[in-house]
Amino acid sequence: MLYREAGDYKTSYTADSQTFPIAFDRYRYWVVLAVSFLVIPFFITDYLVNALFMPFLIYAIAAIGLNILTGYAGQVSLGTGGFMAVGAYACYKLMTAFPDVNILIHVVLAGGITALVGTAFGLPSLRIKGFYLAVATLAAQFFLVWLFNKVAWFYNYSASGQISAPERMVFGVAVTGPNTPAWASYLVCLVFVTISALIARNLTRGALGRQWMATRDMDIAAEIIGVNPLKAKLTAFAVSSFFVGISGALFFAVYLGAVEVGEVFGINKSFLVLFMIIIGGLGSIFGAFAGAAFLVTLPVFLKLIGVDLFGWPTDLVAHLQLVIVGFLIMFFLVKEPHGLAQLWRLAKEKLRLWPFPH
Amino acid sequence: MSADFLYGIEVVLNGLMAGVMYALVALGFVLIFKASGIFNFAQGVMALFAALTLVGIMEGQVPFAHIINATFGTELHHFGWEVPAILAITCTVGVMILFAWAVQRFLFRHLVGQEPIILFMATIGLAYFLEGMGDLMWGSDIKTLALGLPQGGSRWIEDATAGLGGDDFYGFFIDKLDMVATVVAIVLVAGLIAFSQYTKHGRAMRAVADDHQAALSVGISLNFIWILVWSLAGFVALVAGIMWGAKSGVQFSLSLIALKALPVLMLGGFTSIPGAIVGGLIIGVGEKLFEYLVGPMVGGATENWFAYVLALLFLVFRPQGLFGEKIIERV
Repeated sequence: MLYREAGDYKTSYTADSQTFPIAFDRYRYWVVLAVSFLVIPFFITDYLVNALFMPFLIYAIAAIGLNILTGYAGQVSLGTGGFMAVGAYACYKLMTAFPDVNILIHVVLAGGITALVGTAFGLPSLRIKGFYLAVATLAAQFFLVWLFNKVAWFYNYSASGQISAPERMVFGVAVTGPNTPAWASYLVCLVFVTISALIARNLTRGALGRQWMATRDMDIAAEIIGVNPLKAKLTAFAVSSFFVGISGALFFAVYLGAVEVGEVFGINKSFLVLFMIIIGGLGSIFGAFAGAAFLVTLPVFLKLIGVDLFGWPTDLVAHLQLVIVGFLIMFFLVKEPHGLAQLWRLAKEKLRLWPFPH
Repeated sequence: MSADFLYGIEVVLNGLMAGVMYALVALGFVLIFKASGIFNFAQGVMALFAALTLVGIMEGQVPFAHIINATFGTELHHFGWEVPAILAITCTVGVMILFAWAVQRFLFRHLVGQEPIILFMATIGLAYFLEGMGDLMWGSDIKTLALGLPQGGSRWIEDATAGLGGDDFYGFFIDKLDMVATVVAIVLVAGLIAFSQYTKHGRAMRAVADDHQAALSVGISLNFIWILVWSLAGFVALVAGIMWGAKSGVQFSLSLIALKALPVLMLGGFTSIPGAIVGGLIIGVGEKLFEYLVGPMVGGATENWFAYVLALLFLVFRPQGLFGEKIIERV
């Protein structure tokens, strides 16, 4: 009844081509933003931030990044973990080398450095496609992790081989290090997520996004109608790695604080982010959020049910979680290859006709 | 001959043996890929699952004991009998065939005609599912596989070759298990080739690999062939699982060898059984030699990534691999 175009007259081209053409969507968007910026920070606890909000927000950025590469440009990557590691280590080196510069700038710069590395590893995509490329990105994953483990310069010759984030302030409030208040780390991640989603959404709507999608749907045909495959593929790698790098930097600096590269940014991380975009929906920004939310809340939810309710041991629940995630991946690929985003789309279609579906 | 040179030869020999082990895993990939175009990421986990099942049956473990105990407060763990190896292997083959049927019936039948990359991701999901299932059924502790396969270095070869070098050369160290694996791999490949050349179902399998539509039109059941191929891949996985399990214990890291098999395949070509063998040997020798020659200079552990980078560089120049069919794209 509320959710429809009727009565919402557009009087300019700008209004006509806006992201949310339906008025209800726009209000919802502003309400979500207002709640997450103005309400949640006042009620947030350490447990909520560490178990739910921060992983969700940070993975959402990574998922947006991977979704640009895999969902929009059709280049499957299994190197997300490695690129997140690049972001984390770049951020660490910048933080320790230039302690006076604002941490937020470091995070963005870390994204930029990751974009360069990602572009370099994206070069083979011009020659190889599909899962050949997926395997080729494994080279990035394993090589980068090995590099950060072996070259002591990257971890400032620390004895443990770990990197740990020193305390840094933004507007006089600590955002990294052990004294960070819960709301501060939440807000930092939220700001990055919001800006990333805005940039990603508008990039994918524009000329560049259309080039990516044309390349995804059929690269030879795209080339024939004048899309430069070199530019399309490499920009996809660059933009995607930029977001993945930012998420890696946040994951290290704001969320964990200390990182051992093989453990945190291993191949499992690559798969986890890939699963997020499959479950959430390939080629959809909303899907990145939905998938991240789903896979972050699932373990917490299972732990609540399994450990606290049934009294099962934690390792059993961990195994069960593997089974469930695996099953869900297969289920979604069989039943709804477009993921949660498609369910959302269908629900919106139904809503537009409700309550008179005929 | 100088000792360094001889040690180099030893590295190459051991690399060849390791390559055979990689090739064992890669074989299963090639079988499924040829017949159905599915790139089966779960092959490594299938090896793990098969080995776990074998150990579980041999030792008479109660499947799902962990979850049953946790739910009903019981103390089940073993049935209290031990199954002889031959019988246990037969049972495990049965389980893998059942698994092949289930995969075909509940997963890939619904995905016919999807893009290869979707199928690939489905097998990643399958890998996670199977990994969790194996842990749930048999527990996740490291198990030893007591099949009585020979272990350790071969004294005979060591003594026989000790005279080749000077005083600081003690002969080639070659693992007996690796030699067994080599023999098994040769038998397995010979068997597979004989099967696909001289039997009715083998010919049907090749026909399906050649052209699905044409095979269908002469009355070959695609469904049956796919179950057959997955069963064969399950069998190959069992063999690989036994060999790797005997080498390093039956544990989670077994499933990671699947990742190592990927560059092997890219090098050899996805559609060629000899390619899988040759690719395995090249990767095995390459990474051992690289570790031996360059490893000390850059801090070691290059085996983690060398195979992937080699495959990556190779692909840039020859995208279909050494023996693969030329990739032709139509618009």
